[in-house]
Amino acid sequence: MSILIHQNTRVIVQGITGRDGSFHTQQMLEYGTSIVGGVTPGKEGESVHGVPVFNSAKQAVNATGADTSIIYVPERFASDAIIEAADAGISLIVCITEGLPVNDVMKIKQYLDEKGVRLVGPNCPGLISPGKSKIGIMPGHIFKPGNVGVISRSGTLTYEIVYNLTSSGFGTSTCIGIGGDPIIGSSFIDVLHLFKDDPDTESIVLIGEIGGDAEEKAAEYISKNLGHKKVISFIAGRTAPPEKRMGHAGAIISQGKGTAESKVEALESAGVKVAEKPSDIPALLR
Amino acid sequence: MKLLEHQAKEVFRNYNIKTPREHVAQTTEEACEHAKKIGTPLVVKAQVPVGGRGKAGGVKLVKDLSEVASVSKQILGMNIKQCLVKKVLVSQALPFEIEYYISITLDRASMKPMFIISPSGGVDIEEISKNQPEKIFNLSVDLVVGIKTYEMRSVYRKCFQDEKNPPSISDFQQLLETLYEIYLKEDAGLVEINPLIILDGKFVALDAKMLIDDNALFRHSYYKSLENENDEETAQEKEARESGLAYISLDGDIACIVNGAGLAMATMDVVKHWGGQPANFLDIGGSSNPAKMIKALEIIASNPNVKSVLINIFGGITRCDDIATGLVQALETTGFSLPLSVRLIGTNDAQAKEMLKQVKISVFTDMNEAIKVAVQHAQGGN
Repeated sequence: MSILIHQNTRVIVQGITGRDGSFHTQQMLEYGTSIVGGVTPGKEGESVHGVPVFNSAKQAVNATGADTSIIYVPERFASDAIIEAADAGISLIVCITEGLPVNDVMKIKQYLDEKGVRLVGPNCPGLISPGKSKIGIMPGHIFKPGNVGVISRSGTLTYEIVYNLTSSGFGTSTCIGIGGDPIIGSSFIDVLHLFKDDPDTESIVLIGEIGGDAEEKAAEYISKNLGHKKVISFIAGRTAPPEKRMGHAGAIISQGKGTAESKVEALESAGVKVAEKPSDIPALLR
Repeated sequence: MKLLEHQAKEVFRNYNIKTPREHVAQTTEEACEHAKKIGTPLVVKAQVPVGGRGKAGGVKLVKDLSEVASVSKQILGMNIKQCLVKKVLVSQALPFEIEYYISITLDRASMKPMFIISPSGGVDIEEISKNQPEKIFNLSVDLVVGIKTYEMRSVYRKCFQDEKNPPSISDFQQLLETLYEIYLKEDAGLVEINPLIILDGKFVALDAKMLIDDNALFRHSYYKSLENENDEETAQEKEARESGLAYISLDGDIACIVNGAGLAMATMDVVKHWGGQPANFLDIGGSSNPAKMIKALEIIASNPNVKSVLINIFGGITRCDDIATGLVQALETTGFSLPLSVRLIGTNDAQAKEMLKQVKISVFTDMNEAIKVAVQHAQGGN
């Protein structure tokens, strides 16, 4: 088992004819992901790496029976692409695009919640269930199947940590990058909740960073609900200065809130071991 | 991006929020002209995008017109937290008894806008929440029903109980509705009035702070045009922003070039763990453009504190061979002479290592090893 995605997940790519969309379609196909269609308005009839292109998400879903969409549409059009996917009947939307206005995501989140549609991201690397399906931009070869669930607000830092895990013999059940923005579709808690009941996920690595209080909330959830699984964490940004946005829109210590210290303390008091460096994580999992 | 006080107040006036009579001036002469029209008492306020202006001497009360010239001369050209004061706001000084605080911002936990309101304003909100948390009232806004009137009434009663000439409840509601409208329409991450005062039973904004969502600047060309003048950034930060790199100056001597914000932060943390001090945060982003690498090296080399350079790349979309190409070009064209420690892993790392071997740069696979060497370089070792 794994969470959210598996061998039979049928995926459409919104923005498939763009540079990133096309490149990653190829990468996902090579990984074995079932990419059944693509969407670019005005390009219906074309194909990208053998995948048929449709003018709208609705047409793509009707023709292919897709249940999942991944979005590479540029930031000005990405908000609308998410809404279009939800209206077309997609149940899991993964938005890779970075730079969506916060107010747009705030409204989208409410819209999707009412429809019961799940969003991962925006501004995220996507998700992978190694050996089964990859819906994202992560380098597939660093992963191997296993029993560690990984949740992260970051991209390359996740790869670094997974690389350390894989080199030390730990495989991954599902790895999900939830995104670095102030408002995201799926929170740490949403994903922890799925890992809680996944029999193939024996332990969890939670990769957080400064800004907001998602890690503190996650700590509370872990202490109440995840006594039966080992949870290890790493928090990036112990050396980050206050009031500066550290690359990710959501990574900012603001008005004294969102510090690494606060997150480490909350996680440790929930019984989570917090690694000093990414390379310390495998030892803490043993 | 942050708006300056006078820019935020212009937005307020467009939305019919009252401000004192005031004008912005770039020279002493202009300040004197404005002062004559406004009359005394008045306040001369430095226009910089940082807090703590008052403490730094950037806000002065003037009781006699004859003092305006000397006061503005003193403030114009001041440096407040490394920001040069290029403009002052000459503003009518109004009488008040109670200073209120009001702001609307995103509450990340509920993912909704939230008002923070307090009758103990005039100081930072952090100070109020530390010393008088009971004097802070929160009011969450629902995206469908908006501001809930019953909640608004309850805050109104608590907030204005000590006010001799309180504003009407409909004025309070109007103020909240207007701030919420500004928050949405202007894509503001924060709209803050501190202090907000009451003059003859009406609200007046004595100060104003607004943050605009950088991601939404594409639909606000006016704010976009203010960007260069407003940002509290160093020369390197400005150059980096214009080249599409995320860069933040720090106090240390080990320059870091990393792909991805999370890994960049973690790299800084591990530098510190091994006894070094990072000179910057730099995320070259996910693109595979060698030109970005050249720009990144130029920017860090222009920081005189840098003694050692660390490059940490985990290739995914970013290809290691592109990084190596940029690095080789930069070394050839710029006469870059700082000691380098390079860690490359991921997409096309073998080609990259081969290319760098030609120019006698050895490449690490392990992040800790590369960082330890960078720390040694900074400490004068080889």
